[in-house]
Amino acid sequence: MFDLSPTDWMAIEVTLKLALYTTLILLVIATPIAWWLANGRGSPGVRTAVQALVALPLVLPPTVLGFYLLVLLGPAGPVGSTLESWGLNHLAFTFQGILIGSVIYSLPFAVQPLQQAFANLGRRPVEIAGSLGAGRIDRFVTVILPMTRGGFIVAATLAFAHTLGEFGVILMLGGAIPGETQVLSILIYDHAEAMDFDSAHRLSFGLLVFAFAVLFIVYAINRRFDTVRL
Amino acid sequence: MTRPQPDTLRIKARLERPGFALDVDTAFPLEGVTALFGRSGCGKTTLLRIIAGLEHPPGGEVHFRDTAWQSGKTFVPLHRRRVGLVFQESTLLPHLSVRGNLLYGYKRTPEPLRRLHLDEVARLLGIDDLLERRADQLSGGQRQRVALGRALLTSPDLLLLDEPLNALDTQTKREIMPFLARLSEETGIPSLLVTHAPDEVERLATRVAFMHDGQLERLEPLREALARADSPLFRDEGAVSVLQGELGPADAHGLHPFGPPEARYRVPSSPGAGRQARLRIDARDVSIALSPPQDVSILNIIPVTIESLDEAPGHHGPARVLAVCRQDDGQTLMAELTRLSTERLGLRQGARAHALVKSVAFLD
Repeated sequence: MFDLSPTDWMAIEVTLKLALYTTLILLVIATPIAWWLANGRGSPGVRTAVQALVALPLVLPPTVLGFYLLVLLGPAGPVGSTLESWGLNHLAFTFQGILIGSVIYSLPFAVQPLQQAFANLGRRPVEIAGSLGAGRIDRFVTVILPMTRGGFIVAATLAFAHTLGEFGVILMLGGAIPGETQVLSILIYDHAEAMDFDSAHRLSFGLLVFAFAVLFIVYAINRRFDTVRL
Repeated sequence: MTRPQPDTLRIKARLERPGFALDVDTAFPLEGVTALFGRSGCGKTTLLRIIAGLEHPPGGEVHFRDTAWQSGKTFVPLHRRRVGLVFQESTLLPHLSVRGNLLYGYKRTPEPLRRLHLDEVARLLGIDDLLERRADQLSGGQRQRVALGRALLTSPDLLLLDEPLNALDTQTKREIMPFLARLSEETGIPSLLVTHAPDEVERLATRVAFMHDGQLERLEPLREALARADSPLFRDEGAVSVLQGELGPADAHGLHPFGPPEARYRVPSSPGAGRQARLRIDARDVSIALSPPQDVSILNIIPVTIESLDEAPGHHGPARVLAVCRQDDGQTLMAELTRLSTERLGLRQGARAHALVKSVAFLD
């Protein structure tokens, strides 16, 4: 069952690294977006548009997202060509490229639980903390974070788990370079294509168990912090 | 523009919302308790939020003493205004203990500015025994007292109280009122109290700002607000008088003298003799007699001069009259009579009469 090949191990390593970095980046990006969506000011029209934009990866075929990112980040795309003009490499078929792809792809899974948690929290505790002399960062660390802890745990877990299951975006954008862009889902596809069903089964079953465990934990947490609903 | 006067809070603000416009240009003296009184939706909470810096109306001006809190490009955020906030619903931070809540602002107050400390505030508010409890283990009244203590422990320059008693039942309200009443006296911190309850104004306020439809209609001392028949304070529950005076020790009959000899009441129970007290008298509990009646059970018969006779507030039409009477100590006593009685007695402005006071209640 566990006699995995070096290629398998490399794919596991790339996958976990990708999921971990994606989660960390998402927590930093998603928090202000979610706060603004839940409690921010400004025109409702703009807010609705941003909300829709954030949710787009939920409904878009991952291949569409991957295709546009490939165009954008590749050597001929605006981002890729700019990078090359600075003497850097373009991002198609690189780990950085698939990292950007999975951050966008998993964005709604981080934003939505946080937005829900912030909406439940409301502005009041923050206003109170402000009246008690706490500045912005102080308020975030001593009031928002502890009071919406459940939302952060759910957001992080979902972002991590969703990145594990990513396929289409990486297929389009990253190809399958071992140790660089070949993640588990791609490798399973390659195993199956090569009729190596035993290897495909080993990895698939492992992912299945892992995904179930992660969701089980999320819902258990969800039950404890009833401020957060999915 | 004139230079902002020290020891006032000056606000000039216009704010438009769908179905609502606030337009205020006023200055509140920074002394005692100023009540912002008006119906829901009249803009009193919005005004309070502008003062706190939670609303930022463009072009608005807020000056606290000599400091501009908002003026042109200047905008001091809430956490630098040194303002204590108490809202109507519980706002304790649930992840902190009572002590943690109380000290949250205290720790963030620079040491030289700390004038109030945990022990005295806890004693003032009667929460010494609750310090180690969790915030969600408290009753509604206890929570509000902790919220008040937490605001006080920042030694604020100004207290903003947004209907702090509104969510509480009558019993709990009665339990908290004395603490609120003592507050401004014992700490010297000026406060603004948003309320729509006349009894809170009568009990707590030094002066009243009447708000209506986003405008501040009138700012006057409580005594004056209670001395006119058309006071908005009387609109829903009828006219009342609030008398201030010293309460003496009980006599052989267990009655306490209240007020000076020329307007002396004798009242049964009391919250404690030898101190200033406020007495609340419903205008409907006061009758008028031209000569002092001899054989009557009523104890409190006070000589008065009739100042005016107006239609009584409320919805009685012309059948009832509110007689505004002046006691000989200068305080105002209201009597609600039928028009028939006033005509029978031939009451008119300037007449001497005797007010028969059937019942009194203490505000403290």
